[in-house]
Amino acid sequence: MHGLMNRAIQCFLRDTYGAEVWLTVAEQAGIEPEGFEAMMVYPDAITESLLCAASRQLSKPREALLEDIGIWLVSVERLRRLMRFGGVDYHDFIDTLEELPGRAQLAVPDIGLPAIRVIPHSQGRFTLVCQGDREGFGQVLAGVLRAMADDYGALALIDHVGATSRGETIEVELLEARFAEGRAFSLAMPVAAGGL
Amino acid sequence: MDGTTTDQLTMVPPEALGRLMPMYVWVSPTGHVREAGPTLLKLCGDCALIGRRFLETFELIRPRGVTTMAELGAVAGRRLHATLREPPHTAFRGLAVPLGPGQGMLVNLSFGIAVAEAVRDHDLTDADFAVTDLAVELLYLHEAKSAVMDELNGLNTRLQAARAAAEEHALTDPLTGLANRRALEMALTRAAEAADRDGPGFAMIHLDLDYFKSVNDTLGHAAGDHVLTQVAHILREETRRHDIVARVGGDEFVLILRGSADADRLVALARRIIARFEEPMEFEGQTCRISGSAGIVLSSGYERQNPDRMLSDADLALYASKRNGRAQATVYTPDLVLPDDHRTQD
Repeated sequence: MHGLMNRAIQCFLRDTYGAEVWLTVAEQAGIEPEGFEAMMVYPDAITESLLCAASRQLSKPREALLEDIGIWLVSVERLRRLMRFGGVDYHDFIDTLEELPGRAQLAVPDIGLPAIRVIPHSQGRFTLVCQGDREGFGQVLAGVLRAMADDYGALALIDHVGATSRGETIEVELLEARFAEGRAFSLAMPVAAGGL
Repeated sequence: MDGTTTDQLTMVPPEALGRLMPMYVWVSPTGHVREAGPTLLKLCGDCALIGRRFLETFELIRPRGVTTMAELGAVAGRRLHATLREPPHTAFRGLAVPLGPGQGMLVNLSFGIAVAEAVRDHDLTDADFAVTDLAVELLYLHEAKSAVMDELNGLNTRLQAARAAAEEHALTDPLTGLANRRALEMALTRAAEAADRDGPGFAMIHLDLDYFKSVNDTLGHAAGDHVLTQVAHILREETRRHDIVARVGGDEFVLILRGSADADRLVALARRIIARFEEPMEFEGQTCRISGSAGIVLSSGYERQNPDRMLSDADLALYASKRNGRAQATVYTPDLVLPDDHRTQD
């Protein structure tokens, strides 16, 4: 798994639960306390043991943990901005989600995001299929979708309905694209956008 | 074809044209702006673009010297580089094409590579770009690459720090390839522990070069480095593989010789080494001459091994050699005392 993803999990644990929790989880997972380098690739098994250790330590089901990571990702201003490039409103954002892995790959060729299929239905309903070979991306995506709905000021119901052989399926029902005042977004890059 | 086609520009209403090309300008034959796309109107804001002379609002940078409509007509079809004459002097590239007789020219502009600046200066949004324009993708990429570059820079900094730390913890002197002080301390501790466990004893020879400083001062550091490399070579030749040869200072060396040896043989070894030091060393046509002094300690002289004590005793024996006129080898005995003017400088 790419270091960016491992590092995201690390930063999520540190920012949300504190450095102590990160150190405990890292020790249980057999990871050095300084954690991951964002620009290196690590064996999948390391990510797996990290998630298992975090889930155990926090007494939180793996699914809920992954969704929280998705929500947290959008709280990183840099990532939020990159997500907002996806569309002018939430509907547009969902519509262009299929492009998301390609966009990410433009910046980081070996990032290894799973393909996403967007199947639009009538009345603002969508079915998203996350076609990764590793289960769990769908839950992270569900978290991202929830947080991005807030960011755009949209009212949407997001439901991770499970995994099939085709991939993980998420149902999205967009009730109101402009329900509340969303967060500001300007195309111009702010001078100091922080990293992970 | 349904027969209703026309060669009139009016077949594309200005609003539709503006959506296709948000930065178009329709320039009349007199050189005045007749219509312009919404993004360009937004850019020019207060300067009320419509009705102004095109070439008074925009300056053509390349091709140069275009000041009249006839000259603009002459560069039709070529890539144009232009800027706003007023601040913030936004840069464009574009293309001018002639329209039908009496209709003037159509100029389409884009920001090119300066798009990030333009977006900042004019507070542009997604809606200000044509749907077909890759400007937003370019901005996305610019931002994503900046984030990646920051991570890479961070990684580089950390790797450099790690390398510096690794060098610090390394056990080898980079110039001579001999063990360094850290390696010596480790080897000495191990040897002392072995001696305490009724293992074989060991001896230590502390060597200090004489006249090395004057080689450095008169012939330069390259000559000095050459001498140190030669010294290392001699020390390796005069010791066995399981002995330790360490460079512990600029011109200070320590040998740890494993196995029991008597004092006379150690003195003979030290003298042989010093004699070899004194052989002239050639460096780029110059002759470097040095010598050396030695202090010797034997582990058998101690009831319990104490590496620090041994090192300072070897030091003391070395000073005795220096005091006795250099090029000497002295074996430490408890009756050696540190004189008041203890340090002889070379």
